[in-house]
Amino acid sequence: MTTSGEKSITIALMDPPYSSGTTTTALRIMDAALRKGINVNVFAYEGAVNLTMSGQAPHPNPVKGTSIEEQDHPSTAKFIAGLFTLGSDSPKLEWVNCGLCVDERGAGEWIDGPRRGGPGDLFKFSQESTNTLVIGTR
Amino acid sequence: MPGILSVVERAYHGTIEEQDDTILWLSHMIKNAGADLSVLLRSNAVNYAVKGQDANGLSIGGVALGVPPTLDNDVVALSTAGVTVYVVEEDLSDRGIGNDELCDGVTKVKRSGLAKLFDDHEAVWHW
Repeated sequence: MTTSGEKSITIALMDPPYSSGTTTTALRIMDAALRKGINVNVFAYEGAVNLTMSGQAPHPNPVKGTSIEEQDHPSTAKFIAGLFTLGSDSPKLEWVNCGLCVDERGAGEWIDGPRRGGPGDLFKFSQESTNTLVIGTR
Repeated sequence: MPGILSVVERAYHGTIEEQDDTILWLSHMIKNAGADLSVLLRSNAVNYAVKGQDANGLSIGGVALGVPPTLDNDVVALSTAGVTVYVVEEDLSDRGIGNDELCDGVTKVKRSGLAKLFDDHEAVWHW
Protein backbone atom coordinates (compact mmCIF):
# COMPACT_ATOMS: atom_id res chain seq x y z
CA MET A 1 0.00 0.00 0.00
CA THR A 2 1.32 3.44 -0.86
CA THR A 3 1.30 6.32 1.61
CA SER A 4 -1.75 7.72 -0.21
CA GLY A 5 -3.65 4.49 0.42
CA GLU A 6 -3.83 3.59 -3.26
CA LYS A 7 -2.92 0.07 -4.27
CA SER A 8 -0.28 -0.51 -6.89
CA ILE A 9 1.48 -3.47 -8.43
CA THR A 10 4.87 -3.65 -10.08
CA ILE A 11 5.44 -6.17 -12.84
CA ALA A 12 8.91 -6.99 -14.17
CA LEU A 13 8.98 -8.57 -17.61
CA MET A 14 11.83 -10.10 -19.62
CA ASP A 15 10.34 -11.99 -22.57
CA PRO A 16 10.20 -10.46 -26.05
CA PRO A 17 6.91 -10.31 -27.98
CA TYR A 18 5.58 -13.31 -29.91
CA SER A 19 7.60 -15.80 -27.86
CA SER A 20 5.94 -16.47 -24.56
CA GLY A 21 2.61 -17.28 -23.04
CA THR A 22 3.58 -15.44 -19.89
CA THR A 23 3.54 -12.13 -21.73
CA THR A 24 -0.13 -12.59 -22.60
CA THR A 25 -0.85 -13.48 -18.98
CA ALA A 26 1.04 -10.42 -17.75
CA LEU A 27 -0.89 -8.14 -20.09
CA ARG A 28 -4.15 -9.67 -18.84
CA ILE A 29 -3.10 -9.08 -15.22
CA MET A 30 -2.33 -5.44 -16.06
CA ASP A 31 -5.74 -5.10 -17.70
CA ALA A 32 -7.50 -6.63 -14.68
CA ALA A 33 -5.55 -4.52 -12.19
CA LEU A 34 -6.27 -1.27 -14.00
CA ARG A 35 -9.97 -2.15 -14.25
CA LYS A 36 -9.97 -2.65 -10.45
CA GLY A 37 -8.43 0.78 -9.94
CA ILE A 38 -4.97 -0.51 -9.09
CA ASN A 39 -1.99 1.46 -10.35
CA VAL A 40 0.38 -0.60 -12.49
CA ASN A 41 4.13 -0.11 -12.85
CA VAL A 42 5.98 -2.12 -15.47
CA PHE A 43 9.72 -2.57 -15.75
CA ALA A 44 10.54 -4.02 -19.16
CA TYR A 45 13.94 -5.65 -19.09
CA GLU A 46 16.01 -7.26 -21.87
CA GLY A 47 13.78 -8.60 -24.68
CA ALA A 48 10.65 -7.14 -23.13
CA VAL A 49 11.68 -3.67 -24.33
CA ASN A 50 10.53 -4.82 -27.77
CA LEU A 51 6.94 -5.16 -26.53
CA THR A 52 6.27 -1.45 -27.03
CA MET A 53 8.05 -0.97 -30.37
CA SER A 54 5.81 1.09 -32.60
CA GLY A 55 6.93 -0.47 -35.87
CA GLN A 56 5.20 -3.81 -35.26
CA ALA A 57 3.23 -4.48 -38.42
CA PRO A 58 0.45 -6.96 -39.18
CA HIS A 59 0.97 -9.51 -41.91
CA PRO A 60 -1.09 -11.96 -43.94
CA ASN A 61 -0.99 -15.69 -43.21
CA PRO A 62 0.22 -17.68 -46.23
CA VAL A 63 -0.60 -20.99 -44.55
CA LYS A 64 -4.26 -20.06 -44.22
CA GLY A 65 -4.36 -17.92 -47.33
CA THR A 66 -5.70 -14.96 -45.38
CA SER A 67 -5.05 -11.29 -46.15
CA ILE A 68 -3.77 -8.73 -43.67
CA GLU A 69 -7.33 -7.53 -43.13
CA GLU A 70 -8.77 -11.01 -42.66
CA GLN A 71 -6.00 -12.08 -40.31
CA ASP A 72 -6.41 -8.95 -38.15
CA HIS A 73 -3.05 -9.64 -36.56
CA PRO A 74 -2.70 -8.30 -33.01
CA SER A 75 0.50 -6.78 -31.70
CA THR A 76 1.80 -6.27 -28.20
CA ALA A 77 2.20 -2.57 -29.01
CA LYS A 78 -1.51 -2.35 -29.85
CA PHE A 79 -2.53 -4.15 -26.66
CA ILE A 80 -0.23 -1.98 -24.54
CA ALA A 81 -1.49 1.20 -26.20
CA GLY A 82 -4.94 0.10 -25.04
CA LEU A 83 -3.59 -0.41 -21.53
CA PHE A 84 -2.19 3.13 -21.56
CA THR A 85 -5.67 4.39 -22.41
CA LEU A 86 -7.06 2.47 -19.43
CA GLY A 87 -4.26 3.73 -17.20
CA SER A 88 -4.06 7.30 -18.40
CA ASP A 89 -4.80 8.99 -15.09
CA SER A 90 -6.24 7.18 -12.10
CA PRO A 91 -5.41 4.35 -12.03
CA LYS A 92 -2.11 5.07 -13.70
CA LEU A 93 0.02 2.82 -15.87
CA GLU A 94 3.71 3.59 -15.74
CA TRP A 95 5.99 1.69 -18.12
CA VAL A 96 9.76 1.91 -18.00
CA ASN A 97 11.93 0.36 -20.70
CA CYS A 98 15.46 -0.48 -19.56
CA GLY A 99 17.56 2.00 -21.51
CA LEU A 100 20.67 -0.13 -21.90
CA CYS A 101 18.51 -3.03 -23.13
CA VAL A 102 16.94 -0.67 -25.64
CA ASP A 103 20.32 0.54 -26.87
CA GLU A 104 21.81 -2.91 -27.37
CA ARG A 105 18.77 -3.91 -29.41
CA GLY A 106 18.35 -0.68 -31.33
CA ALA A 107 14.80 -0.78 -30.02
CA GLY A 108 14.15 2.90 -29.45
CA GLU A 109 11.02 3.55 -31.50
CA TRP A 110 8.05 3.16 -29.14
CA ILE A 111 4.39 3.89 -28.97
CA ASP A 112 3.38 6.83 -26.76
CA GLY A 113 3.51 6.08 -23.05
CA PRO A 114 6.70 4.25 -22.03
CA ARG A 115 9.72 6.11 -20.73
CA ARG A 116 13.39 5.26 -20.63
CA GLY A 117 14.83 4.21 -17.31
CA GLY A 118 17.03 1.71 -15.54
CA PRO A 119 17.26 -0.86 -12.74
CA GLY A 120 16.85 1.88 -10.15
CA ASP A 121 13.31 2.37 -11.40
CA LEU A 122 12.49 -1.27 -10.67
CA PHE A 123 13.79 -0.85 -7.13
CA LYS A 124 11.84 2.38 -6.67
CA PHE A 125 8.68 0.83 -8.12
CA SER A 126 8.99 -2.17 -5.81
CA GLN A 127 9.46 0.05 -2.76
CA GLU A 128 6.37 2.05 -3.60
CA SER A 129 4.09 -0.85 -4.61
CA THR A 130 1.76 -3.10 -2.68
CA ASN A 131 3.46 -6.07 -4.33
CA THR A 132 5.87 -6.99 -7.13
CA LEU A 133 5.42 -9.75 -9.68
CA VAL A 134 8.56 -10.91 -11.46
CA ILE A 135 8.09 -12.81 -14.72
CA GLY A 136 11.47 -13.99 -15.89
CA THR A 137 12.49 -15.81 -19.04
CA ARG A 138 12.25 -19.60 -18.96
CA MET B 1 13.23 -42.89 -45.40
CA PRO B 2 11.14 -39.83 -44.41
CA GLY B 3 13.10 -36.60 -44.24
CA ILE B 4 12.63 -34.41 -41.22
CA LEU B 5 10.93 -35.11 -37.90
CA SER B 6 10.04 -31.82 -36.24
CA VAL B 7 9.54 -32.25 -32.49
CA VAL B 8 7.28 -29.71 -30.79
CA GLU B 9 7.46 -29.64 -27.01
CA ARG B 10 6.82 -26.06 -25.83
CA ALA B 11 3.13 -25.25 -26.00
CA TYR B 12 1.14 -22.05 -26.04
CA HIS B 13 4.18 -19.80 -26.15
CA GLY B 14 3.14 -16.66 -27.99
CA THR B 15 0.17 -18.38 -29.64
CA ILE B 16 -2.18 -15.52 -28.79
CA GLU B 17 0.08 -12.91 -30.35
CA GLU B 18 0.99 -15.13 -33.30
CA GLN B 19 -2.52 -16.55 -33.76
CA ASP B 20 -0.91 -19.96 -34.18
CA ASP B 21 2.01 -22.04 -32.94
CA THR B 22 5.23 -20.87 -34.56
CA ILE B 23 6.58 -24.36 -35.21
CA LEU B 24 3.34 -25.82 -36.55
CA TRP B 25 3.20 -22.80 -38.87
CA LEU B 26 6.85 -23.20 -39.90
CA SER B 27 6.32 -26.90 -40.52
CA HIS B 28 3.35 -26.17 -42.77
CA MET B 29 5.35 -23.58 -44.71
CA ILE B 30 8.26 -25.98 -45.13
CA LYS B 31 5.89 -28.69 -46.29
CA ASN B 32 4.45 -26.28 -48.84
CA ALA B 33 8.03 -25.59 -49.97
CA GLY B 34 8.43 -29.28 -50.79
CA ALA B 35 9.87 -30.81 -47.64
CA ASP B 36 9.21 -34.39 -46.62
CA LEU B 37 8.28 -33.65 -43.04
CA SER B 38 6.63 -35.24 -40.01
CA VAL B 39 5.71 -33.58 -36.73
CA LEU B 40 5.88 -35.10 -33.26
CA LEU B 41 3.86 -33.47 -30.49
CA ARG B 42 5.21 -34.30 -27.06
CA SER B 43 4.93 -33.03 -23.49
CA ASN B 44 2.49 -30.11 -23.16
CA ALA B 45 2.27 -29.75 -26.94
CA VAL B 46 0.09 -32.88 -27.14
CA ASN B 47 -2.73 -30.57 -26.06
CA TYR B 48 -2.63 -29.02 -29.53
CA ALA B 49 -4.41 -32.18 -30.74
CA VAL B 50 -7.41 -31.68 -28.46
CA LYS B 51 -10.38 -30.72 -30.59
CA GLY B 52 -12.72 -27.86 -29.82
CA GLN B 53 -10.20 -25.41 -28.39
CA ASP B 54 -11.68 -21.94 -28.12
CA ALA B 55 -9.59 -18.86 -27.38
CA ASN B 56 -12.35 -16.42 -28.25
CA GLY B 57 -13.19 -13.47 -26.08
CA LEU B 58 -9.77 -12.16 -25.14
CA SER B 59 -9.46 -8.41 -24.86
CA ILE B 60 -6.54 -6.43 -23.45
CA GLY B 61 -6.84 -2.73 -22.84
CA GLY B 62 -10.08 -2.73 -24.79
CA VAL B 63 -8.31 -4.20 -27.83
CA ALA B 64 -10.11 -7.40 -28.79
CA LEU B 65 -8.35 -10.39 -30.28
CA GLY B 66 -10.43 -10.70 -33.42
CA VAL B 67 -8.87 -13.85 -34.81
CA PRO B 68 -7.80 -16.24 -32.04
CA PRO B 69 -5.57 -19.25 -32.63
CA THR B 70 -7.25 -22.54 -33.56
CA LEU B 71 -4.49 -25.00 -32.88
CA ASP B 72 -6.56 -28.15 -33.32
CA ASN B 73 -7.59 -26.96 -36.76
CA ASP B 74 -3.94 -26.21 -37.54
CA VAL B 75 -3.03 -29.80 -36.63
CA VAL B 76 -5.77 -31.11 -38.93
CA ALA B 77 -4.59 -28.79 -41.71
CA LEU B 78 -1.04 -30.09 -41.34
CA SER B 79 -2.27 -33.65 -41.65
CA THR B 80 -4.43 -32.77 -44.64
CA ALA B 81 -1.36 -31.22 -46.28
CA GLY B 82 0.39 -34.58 -46.02
CA VAL B 83 2.34 -34.17 -42.81
CA THR B 84 2.13 -37.13 -40.46
CA VAL B 85 1.45 -35.72 -36.99
CA TYR B 86 2.51 -38.03 -34.17
CA VAL B 87 1.48 -37.58 -30.53
CA VAL B 88 3.11 -39.34 -27.60
CA GLU B 89 0.52 -41.68 -26.10
CA GLU B 90 1.76 -41.50 -22.52
CA ASP B 91 1.90 -37.69 -22.66
CA LEU B 92 -1.79 -37.77 -23.55
CA SER B 93 -2.73 -40.15 -20.75
CA ASP B 94 -0.57 -38.25 -18.23
CA ARG B 95 -2.77 -35.23 -18.94
CA GLY B 96 -6.03 -37.17 -18.90
CA ILE B 97 -6.64 -36.66 -22.61
CA GLY B 98 -8.79 -39.43 -24.03
CA ASN B 99 -9.01 -40.74 -27.57
CA ASP B 100 -12.44 -39.20 -28.06
CA GLU B 101 -10.96 -35.76 -27.39
CA LEU B 102 -8.41 -35.92 -30.19
CA CYS B 103 -8.85 -34.17 -33.50
CA ASP B 104 -8.61 -36.09 -36.74
CA GLY B 105 -5.31 -36.78 -38.42
CA VAL B 106 -3.02 -37.64 -35.52
CA THR B 107 -1.07 -40.85 -35.04
CA LYS B 108 -0.28 -42.03 -31.54
CA VAL B 109 3.17 -43.34 -30.74
CA LYS B 110 4.41 -44.87 -27.50
CA ARG B 111 7.47 -43.52 -25.73
CA SER B 112 9.08 -46.88 -26.30
CA GLY B 113 8.63 -46.29 -30.03
CA LEU B 114 10.32 -42.90 -30.15
CA ALA B 115 13.86 -44.17 -30.72
CA LYS B 116 12.70 -46.06 -33.80
CA LEU B 117 10.70 -43.05 -34.97
CA PHE B 118 13.81 -40.86 -34.69
CA ASP B 119 15.87 -43.51 -36.45
CA ASP B 120 13.33 -43.71 -39.23
CA HIS B 121 13.94 -40.06 -40.16
CA GLU B 122 17.00 -38.53 -41.79
CA ALA B 123 16.94 -35.52 -39.45
CA VAL B 124 15.35 -34.66 -36.11
CA TRP B 125 14.63 -31.02 -35.34
CA HIS B 126 13.83 -30.63 -31.65
CA TRP B 127 12.47 -27.13 -31.09
